[in-house]
Parts: sequence; C-alpha cells; structure tokens
Amino acid sequence: MADTSSRSRDLDKLLLRPGNLVGPRFEPGPELRDDLQAYAKVLVVGAGGLGCELLKDLALSGFKNLEVIDMDRIEVTNLNRQFLFRLEDVGKPKAEVAAKRVMERISGVQIVPHFCRIEDKEIEFYNDFSIIALGLDSIEARSYINTVACSFLEYDSNDNPREETIKPMVDGGTEGFKGHARVILPGITPCFECTIWLFPPQVKFPLCTLAETPRTAAHCIEYAHLIKWNEVHGGVAFDPDNPEHMKWVYDEAVKRAELFGIPGVTYSLTQGVVKNIIPAIASTNAIISAACALETLKIASECSKTLSNYLTYNGSEGLHTEVAEFERDKECLVCGPGIRIELDTSITLQKFMDLLEEHPKLRLSKASITHQGKNLYMQAPPVLEEMTRSNLSRSLFNLMGKLPKDVVHVNGITIKNDQKFSCLRKLRVVFKGVDGVTDMDTAGGA
Amino acid sequence: MAEPKVKYDRQLRIWGEQGQAALEKSSICLLNCGPTGSETLKNLVLGGVGSITVVDGSKVEVGDLGNNFLVDESSLGKSKAKCVCSFLQELNDAVKAKFVEESPETLIETNPSFFSQFTLVVATQLVENSMIKLDRICREANVILIFARSYGLTGFVRISLKEHAVVESKPEHFLDDLRLNNPWPELKRFADDVDLNVQDPVAHKHIPYVVILVKMADEWAKSHGGRLPSTREEKKEFKELLKAGMVAQDEDNYKEAIDSSFKVFAPRGISSELQQILNDSSAEVDSNSSDFWVLVAALKDFIANEGGGEAPLEGSIPDMTSSTEQYVNLQNIYHAKAEADFLVIERLVRNTLKNIGRDSNSIPRSTIKSFCKNARKLKVCRYRLIEDEFNSPNLPELQKYLTDEDYSIAVGIYILLRAVDRFAANYNSFPGQFDSAMDEDIPRLKSTAIGLLNDLGCNGATLAEDLINEMCRFGAAELHAVAALVGGIASQEVIKLITKQFVPMSGTYIFNGIDHKSQLLSL
Repeated sequence: MADTSSRSRDLDKLLLRPGNLVGPRFEPGPELRDDLQAYAKVLVVGAGGLGCELLKDLALSGFKNLEVIDMDRIEVTNLNRQFLFRLEDVGKPKAEVAAKRVMERISGVQIVPHFCRIEDKEIEFYNDFSIIALGLDSIEARSYINTVACSFLEYDSNDNPREETIKPMVDGGTEGFKGHARVILPGITPCFECTIWLFPPQVKFPLCTLAETPRTAAHCIEYAHLIKWNEVHGGVAFDPDNPEHMKWVYDEAVKRAELFGIPGVTYSLTQGVVKNIIPAIASTNAIISAACALETLKIASECSKTLSNYLTYNGSEGLHTEVAEFERDKECLVCGPGIRIELDTSITLQKFMDLLEEHPKLRLSKASITHQGKNLYMQAPPVLEEMTRSNLSRSLFNLMGKLPKDVVHVNGITIKNDQKFSCLRKLRVVFKGVDGVTDMDTAGGA
Repeated sequence: MAEPKVKYDRQLRIWGEQGQAALEKSSICLLNCGPTGSETLKNLVLGGVGSITVVDGSKVEVGDLGNNFLVDESSLGKSKAKCVCSFLQELNDAVKAKFVEESPETLIETNPSFFSQFTLVVATQLVENSMIKLDRICREANVILIFARSYGLTGFVRISLKEHAVVESKPEHFLDDLRLNNPWPELKRFADDVDLNVQDPVAHKHIPYVVILVKMADEWAKSHGGRLPSTREEKKEFKELLKAGMVAQDEDNYKEAIDSSFKVFAPRGISSELQQILNDSSAEVDSNSSDFWVLVAALKDFIANEGGGEAPLEGSIPDMTSSTEQYVNLQNIYHAKAEADFLVIERLVRNTLKNIGRDSNSIPRSTIKSFCKNARKLKVCRYRLIEDEFNSPNLPELQKYLTDEDYSIAVGIYILLRAVDRFAANYNSFPGQFDSAMDEDIPRLKSTAIGLLNDLGCNGATLAEDLINEMCRFGAAELHAVAALVGGIASQEVIKLITKQFVPMSGTYIFNGIDHKSQLLSL
C-alpha cells in the first residue's frame, strides 16, 4: 500500500503497483522498493556536469548505495552547471565534495567517493556494482569502462550471454545544446566499441597549413601551441592549466596572426582551441543525466520498458529527440564471445604472447595475461613481473589448469592509426586434441 | 586581461556577452516549486538570470524530501517557496531571489496584474483551467509564458506567446554565402586576375577553390548561352572539367572545388522560408511595428531592388586550401561587399523608420549589422493560445497522430493529460491517486478520455488500454528523474527565448518516459 506520508510517496506509485507497460520480470511491492535501497549499488563515473546531476537523480530515484569516481579538482568554470560545488570548493576533489553535498541534503543515501583515475581501480572493483552510470567527457574513458564491464561477460556453450554476468551501463554525453543517452547491456545491446563509428574523428589541421599557409585564427593558435612551443621550450611539456603557458601561446599566436594579416585571435579562442573546450550548460546536462537515471531505475526495478537503446537530443534548432535501435556487432572484440584461438597444449606462455603480437586482429604487445583472476604474467609492477617471470617458459595449458578451453584476458598495447592504445581483450583459448573439445566449437569462431 | 565572469565561460562560448546580458536583465516567475519547477529554475539560476520569484502556497511534507533536491529535513513544515528560494540563492548569489507564499491559482484568480512585472513566467503542474486563464493574462500583458508538467513517466512542455522573432538563429549546418552561382563584379575581377594555368606547381595547388569555381562557371556560361549546369549530365561534365584541371593528385584545392561544385548549381536567390517571412502581413509596417519587422521591410525592399533577388552578403568565407595572401585578399573582397550591402540596408531602414513616423536613428547600427549577417537565417515563431489549441485543435493533424504508430503513445499521453484534469474536476482527485479507488478509476478515466476525444471531433478514436492503465498507475506522481528532464527542457527553452538566440521549440512537446519516443505535436 502506497504510504502518502513517506519519503517514497511518489516512487511508490511506480514500484508498488502492478502495470502492463513494464519489464518482463517486474515484481511490484514494498520488497522491490526496499531491495532497491538495500542491495542495488550504482557507480557513477565522473562527478562533473553529468555526474553531479546523476548523483542527485539517482539518490532521489530510490537508490541508497552509490559510489562516485573522478580524478579532477573543482575549477571556477565548472560553477555554471556543476551545482554541488561552490566558489569555496575550488581546488577540492570533485568526487569528495559531490558525495558530501548530496549526503547532506538527502538523508539515508550513502555515497562513497573515489578521488582517482578510473584505471587505478582493480578490475574487480567494477564488478561490485549492479549498474554503472557514465558521465564522462572522453572517448578513451568510455572505451575503458566499456571494456572492463564487458570483460565480466561470459557466454554459455551456445554462445548466448550468461545473464548473471551482464553488467549494465547507462552512458550519457553532452555538448552545448546536444546530447545522447544510451543503455548498454553487454551481449544484448551494442556496446561502446560496437558502435565506435558513431563518434566522428577529431579535426586536426595539416602541419603544412600551420607551418606555411595559415588562414584562420585557429591555425595561428595551433602553430604556437604545437610547433613554436617545442622550438622555444624544447623539453618542457606544455601545460594547458598553467596560465603562463597559455599566455605565451596566446602572445605567439597574436604575433603570427599579425604577420599574416589574420584577424580573430583572442585569449578566449586560444584557450578554446588548445584545451579543446566544449561549451556546456546546465540544462543539457540535466536532461541527459535525468534520462540516464531514469533508465538506471528501470533496469534495476523493471518498473517500465527500457530505452532501446540510443537516444539523441538536440535543442539548438527547435527540439529534436530520436531513439535509434542499434544492433550489436557479433564480431565485436570487446563484448563478443572473444577471439577464438586454437593452440597446441605444448605452447609456452612466452610463445603465446608472441602469437598475440602477430595475430592480425590483436597486434598486442607488452601483454599481461590473467586467467580466472590469476596473474599468469604481469608486465608491471617490477615485483609482480619478477614473481610471474618463471611462467613464461611454462606451458599455457598447464598454467590454465589443463582445461580444454577457457577465457583469458590479455592487457597490452596495440597500435591503431599510428597511435598507441592500451587495451584489454578477451580471448577464448581452445586446446587442440584434448578430450571434451567437440566439433561444435569450430562453429561461430573468431 | 579582465575576466569578469570566468564562471560563465562555458556558456559564454554559446550565447556570448549579449546573450548573457539579456539573461541578467530578465526576471522570471515560477509557479509551483515541486521538483519540476525547482529543477527548471535551478538551471536558470546557474545560468545567471537577473531575478526569480517563486510562487507556491504549500508547506514541505515528508514526501517532498523524496523527490525534491531543493528542500531538506530542516524544511519540513515550512513554506516550500521559502525553502526552495533560499537554496536557489545559494547556487548563485548574483541572482535576486524572492518568494511569494500563495497558491498560483489564487494569484491567477485574484491578482492577474501580478504577472505583468516579469519577463517570463514558468508555470508548472497547472491544470487545464488555470493554464487557460494564465495564458490570457500573460498574452494580454505581453509576458512570455512556458508551461511544464511532469506526471508519472510523462511530461508536457509548451511555450505560449504571440510571436517570437529570431535573428541569431545560429543553425548548426547552414550553407556558406559564397555566391558562386551569382558572383558580383569585384569577385569576378579577382578571379579573372588569377591564371589557372600557372606553371609553378605550388602556386597551382594553392589557388582557392572559390576562384577556380568562379572562373570555370564563367567559362561554362559563356559556352552555354549564359546558363549554369542544370541537368545531371551537365553537372557531371562540369565536374570532369574540374578534374581535368588538376595537374597532380595531391591538389586539395581542386578536390575542394569538386566537392563544392554543387554550390555553382544551386538556384540563385532566397529560400522559400525567407520568402514566407517577407510575404507576411507584418512586413507591411506602421508606427506600431516592432524593430524586427521594420528591418524585414527594409530587407524586402533591398532584395527586390539593389540586391537583385539576393539577400545582403553574409561576408565570411569558410577555410579552404589557399596561400595566405590569396585567402586574406578573398576575405577582404567578401567583407567589402557585405559592408556595401549593409550600408544600403541601413539607408533603407532609416527611410522606413522616417516613413512610419519614428526616429530614424532608433535602431542601432549594430542591430542592423547583425540582421544583415543573419538575413538568410531569420525565423519567426508563433504560438496559438492554449485555449484555442484545447478547444479547436488542428483536427487533420490530430487524426493523423492518432493513427500513426510513431505518434500514438505521445498523442495518447497528450489526450490523457487533459483527461486527468477533467477527471480531477469531476471527482476531486486524480485517477489512481489512491490505491483503493484504482478499480473504479480506470474505466472512469477511459470514458473521460473518450468523451474528450469526441468533443474534439475524433469520434470513434480509441486509446491503448495499457496506456490508460499506466496513467492511473502513475496517480499524479511527480518523479524526480522525470521532473529533472522536463525541467531541463523547459529551462533550455527559456534561455533561447530570453537570449533571442537559437530557435525555440514549436508546438507542444510530449515527453514519453516509457520508451523515450517523445514527440512534438502541432495542434
């Protein structure tokens, strides 16, 4: 019975009452509301424009166990939208202040802040959560979390995802008046990697334009930033957060612009170009975060249908929202069943690592290998490297407990478009000629 | 380097100092500060509006602690308006925050002149009758009005004002104004002076594509009776001629010319959308006309005469492969023509002002300049009175929505939101507000909705049973996530309306939180 004098007066209508337009396993009742509070654990990645809104929205949507991770400190330019921060907070860690402020205003909610990089956490840390909500501003960070979440995914012998290993993610992004919100159920909906083509490549000016035929203010700025800086300060890394560095670039850009008769170099533009500043306002962040929080509630409680699966929003010319139902890439390296690798039982770990470097779909060097949570070989830190070095000459089959086939995770460096990326990949290792390996395994291979 | 408003940096990059100044001059009134209203206002306060006045007669209850971030434990039993106001003040001390502990309905009934002091009124969680009354009041007082409502997993946003003209519409993708299909004498001369057959390969690959296309188009016209390529074959042939002009594979300027050749084929003159604005009866100006329409009248004159069918030249050119010198020279030619066009328009504006009995200097230069730059992108938005929409909606559109799969849930929500208000007027509570009445409420809501559809002229139309059930399940709940979303949308529209930049939504927005297939309805 919905209690009108309780805090959950409004949420109760959605959680305690039966409905028809609901998820397939919806079980309305006070237990659902209480379970959501007691057992659902949501991680919010990012405590900035989206993160602040997400924490508030989730705390007011029945979730009482939240954690938030963000490596940044508060800056003055955050204050037009990151409403949990005040002028006095500038310089403090975002995650810690955000957690504190929400807990102050909403009693009963627990928020554990993590002031660190997402890569600093053990992979198992992420497995602790029911759902991961992303409020990030970079492709790399999204890709990382996506890879981690998908690494928990296991497939059964029919190549169907095992439900209890699905780690749902809700991802939001904004830029000015535009934004998107999407639901990622690894193995079921496309993951971030499956639809990586959605993100257009970043604009880069050709070097010869910067060096020889500049035409715009941005060309002059990037010349000062990318070329002149190194010529004059060789060895000193340019720090975009250092106002003296920025002023230097601005002055040089002005000189160059005057030389070529090009108008338009301002300090504001200089900052914008060098830092790749994305304009941001409270309203778009509010919209996208709310959509993400709503979907998180639906995934956790099944109280309504879920977004299927990608929502785009554009408020600059009228108001446009659209839902697209993207499909998975069955061959996806990240959320797919994994690259199938057939090996002889005699192969050593070292030889296996050499194979990874040569494998056309992987090209992975400096690999660290884990199997069922055990480190087979770790590149770093030195202590672990020393401990696992002796495994290199052992047979992989033995190291994997003589299993005929199993999943291993490999973490290493791959090269794409002349750039090095660290990446984590899932491999389905199958040993040839071992009992239990049937012909069925050769179907649906890598 | 003066940095007066560093905290606004990220938004200044969107709407500039002028937009920010408009926000800081505005006074906003909020009716009802539940989560929907509070979240709308929070975004506006963060953005730096001049002043806010929160109107709400209720006291904070325990249930409010579960859906409204702007009240907390210490607010229990106190005036909700007062508590929300004080938190909003914390968010931005540059905003003047006031509250009125009064129910919006009472103010609407007994003190309509209260609303005249505001730039804009955000009216949240109002029922149909109050909406209609408030709409009349604001329309009369020339105050911008925006309705926002969240109801369970659904929501409603609707702007209401007579007319909103936008000069700085800032569309994301808009064709540059190069006039490759209609070059003026100075541009032609500039192109004539360039030799496309220059021997130096570096010089050859740094000829800007504008020059290449103007020359090639001219040559084509000379051998085709003065016409530009228009058929598919001709366009193909033109592109082949461009390709033939390349002397090396790495000539980016030629590749750009080929990619931009469609600009040569494009029809001359202005868009049909702009033509519609020029044909509007408001373009026949008199002493009551707004500055915008005076400018339009001058524009109309320009296009018909000195402009030769074209709007004033915008004046900027996109970046393109070119030597710096040629690019800068080309830029200067475009700037000069834009300036010349502007001077003509300025003269026409001053004459028009005189003719209608106004001070010929009453429209500042900078305003006229901005108008010229944006002339091709003007937008005029008009909104029906909500009463008119409710009493006589566009019937063909409504019927289309009712039978269109993509619209059926959204239009169902639209009808049901109105039906729940009628229900509440009849039964003194919203359907499903109380568990005990659920079984009776569902059929009652259904017949209310059908009755409404019949009144609107959609006899025989039905709504999905599941949706009717769902509406009862919601029991008029105000869920935080939905309120934050609807509030976010409403606040964004307010910003566009006040800064007069970008284009506000048209029609009625129905938020569908069930599957996110929200829609704009033009009724």
